[in-house]
Amino acid sequence: MTTLDTLPVGKSARISEIHGEDAISIRLMEMGLTEGEMIQTKSVAPLGDPVEFEIRGYRLSLRINEARRVEIEMFA
Amino acid sequence: MPPPLKIALIGNPNTGKSTLFNALSGLQSRVGNFPGVTVEKKIGRVQWGEQSVDLIDLPGTYSLAPRSLDEMVSVNVLLGKQDEVGLPDAVICIVDASNLERNLYLASQILDIGLPTILVLNMFDVAESRGQKIDVAGLEARLGLPVVKCSAHRKSGIDDIRAAVERALAMGVRSRPPLFPAAFAIESQQLAEKLAHWGHPNTPPYLIERLLLDVGGWLESHFGGSHAHELFQYLQQARERLAAQGCKVPMIEARTRYAWARETLKNLVEQPATRPANLSDRIDKWLTHRYVGFIVFAFVMLLVFQAISSGAEPFKYVIEAGQEWLSGIIISWMSPGPFRSLIVDGVIGGTVGVLVFLPQIVLLFLFIALLEDCGYMARAAFLMDKLMTKVGLSGKSFVPLMSSFACAVPGIMATRVIENRRDRMVTILVAPLMSCSARLPVYVLMVTAFVPEKTWLWGFLSLHALTLLGMTFLGAFVAIPVAWILKKTLFKGETPPFVMELPGYKWPSAWIVFSRVYDRAMSFVTRAGTLILTMSVLIWAACYFPGDHQPADHLQSKIETLEAELEGADDPRHREIETLAEQQNVLNSALLEQSYLGRFGHAVEPLVRPLGWDWKIGVGVIASFPAREVIISTLGTIYSLGSEVKEESSQLKDELQHSTWPDGSPVFTLPVAVSIMVFFALCAQCVSTLLVIRRETNSWGWAAFTFVYMTVLAYLGALICYQVGTWLMA
Repeated sequence: MTTLDTLPVGKSARISEIHGEDAISIRLMEMGLTEGEMIQTKSVAPLGDPVEFEIRGYRLSLRINEARRVEIEMFA
Repeated sequence: MPPPLKIALIGNPNTGKSTLFNALSGLQSRVGNFPGVTVEKKIGRVQWGEQSVDLIDLPGTYSLAPRSLDEMVSVNVLLGKQDEVGLPDAVICIVDASNLERNLYLASQILDIGLPTILVLNMFDVAESRGQKIDVAGLEARLGLPVVKCSAHRKSGIDDIRAAVERALAMGVRSRPPLFPAAFAIESQQLAEKLAHWGHPNTPPYLIERLLLDVGGWLESHFGGSHAHELFQYLQQARERLAAQGCKVPMIEARTRYAWARETLKNLVEQPATRPANLSDRIDKWLTHRYVGFIVFAFVMLLVFQAISSGAEPFKYVIEAGQEWLSGIIISWMSPGPFRSLIVDGVIGGTVGVLVFLPQIVLLFLFIALLEDCGYMARAAFLMDKLMTKVGLSGKSFVPLMSSFACAVPGIMATRVIENRRDRMVTILVAPLMSCSARLPVYVLMVTAFVPEKTWLWGFLSLHALTLLGMTFLGAFVAIPVAWILKKTLFKGETPPFVMELPGYKWPSAWIVFSRVYDRAMSFVTRAGTLILTMSVLIWAACYFPGDHQPADHLQSKIETLEAELEGADDPRHREIETLAEQQNVLNSALLEQSYLGRFGHAVEPLVRPLGWDWKIGVGVIASFPAREVIISTLGTIYSLGSEVKEESSQLKDELQHSTWPDGSPVFTLPVAVSIMVFFALCAQCVSTLLVIRRETNSWGWAAFTFVYMTVLAYLGALICYQVGTWLMA
């Protein structure tokens, strides 16, 4: 299983599932992380966490343990 | 006259909602709190011809799925369940035109509530500059409600909103085809029947929807009254039934609403074919860069800190000069007596006590508004998040805490950016531990009078400087375990999401910055300022009464008459004035000792004795409750030097160094000086901070809690320093 926290800077992937149904997972879905959407990693904060992503045409910052809930499909 | 029209204003964060609110209401608003929560209630009165309109500003949010009582307020307002507001006649839903798809998520929830609604596409100019084309008429037809384009920060499109609201009211609410799959509609129907059976008939459809959708939400555990437990179990089963039919909760909501948003916008929004890396992207690359990003961040923060700590100084001088001028006029009009003292020391002194905070508040919020509006604030939180998670907070707590090193009052006011209530509360409660600039005079007096002058490394390191540095960081150091404990006990709970939008960079707008600074400054003066003034007058009274002030007033009259007659610098009457002033200082010292405050100081002497203090230090500390630096002038009065002494005064140092206990041993030793400094580093002797805490948390309880926990910490810290210090010195 590949998760969003492992997506390298500059690469895109397709979201296949959001795991969990607590406040964090619900917030991820509300912010537009839904299955089938494309997401791209933009940059990593200087201390290694959080990470900046682009989705649905806007920028979003997620902590690594939040990104870990997002399962993705990578393309070659 | 018709009753005022009630219109609720709601939208995502970063959509320019408060700008639109200010533009519509012309900065005229009544601000209060919704009862029992920290949510601010802001209502603006607008006049549309004959019709007056009450504009209700609701907190910015990405979703109307309440997870706490605070979040429930917006839902209650929109359903007409918030008694003091009543049912709104219409809703203005403001969205970011350059980010429509995500913004329509909230819009879709608002449409489910079923009030006449208009959609305002704000920041339309930004969207156009990015090459987006939006078919407004097409969107209006597809949604069946008025859609207005607007650039609130340029005040363009504001006038169209009024016409659109009138249109929406005339149109009423058009019924929408059900958004969710049929299985969901069936479950809703069954739940409504079940609730009617349990004594909740006519539950609004939106609440039924939320009950089914919000796993772990506020409603599932707070709705249903005596049937709450049955309701909870019923919901579990209903959700299982939904999952079995392919409507897995909560995922179904995001999937359905985003699909609706995409369908709604289909062929109506034209994006530039290949999005070229725009300026915003290029700036972002550097500002969130591993090394460059940090350097820029450090530089920006240094600038902000410098501005609020020293940039405010000249304004403070102006305010103090104004105080002197005004007091001078009063003194020349009135003869000495209780009324003059009340006006000069109580009222004018108290007003200045409020006004001195204004330069810092204005400067800090000027920077915050600039950084927020250009989009950097979110990046600052992004850069500092990892560090702040070590104490259980998030990156959003960094700027408020850093600002508190200059002054906790604006720092606490700046915590509003923290959406999570628990994080915000912990930040507010530890902010007063940061060493503010008012503590410095106390440290300077104690260090220069009692810490031996030692230098190392050819004078590069001095013991004085090291002590000052240590004192400055002591509070922040103590704040780490305090924040950690608060997060583990009183504010325990699941880690809140740090899912944060990073808005695109843009030039800040002067109007937005101005209205935000104006907002915060006014809110401080009208809501905290009046309380601070009242406290100042009360404390003045405690220092003044009881006691016969006539002899001292008589001396003061004599001094003033002589001063008026003075001719030139070598007038022999200078000597006479000095003698009179010395006599007067002795009288004032006695009066302070007799006052309620002085008596209180004597009464608590047994309590402060273990800290190595005599009653005089006790009185100084208690009298410094309005503001920490007041201890210097109080000590001046007690030691018969007059209240005008400064912390650098060699006379005051001399008096302190020669002050003795009845047995002849000196009062002030190094351990006593350290004990006083540690006490001041950790105590909450600042009435303004406490009143701002009460204002921001909407509770006297938290202000009292802060005072108690900090005083206990300060007492223990001082006790340990004195006792261990004396033992080491022996």
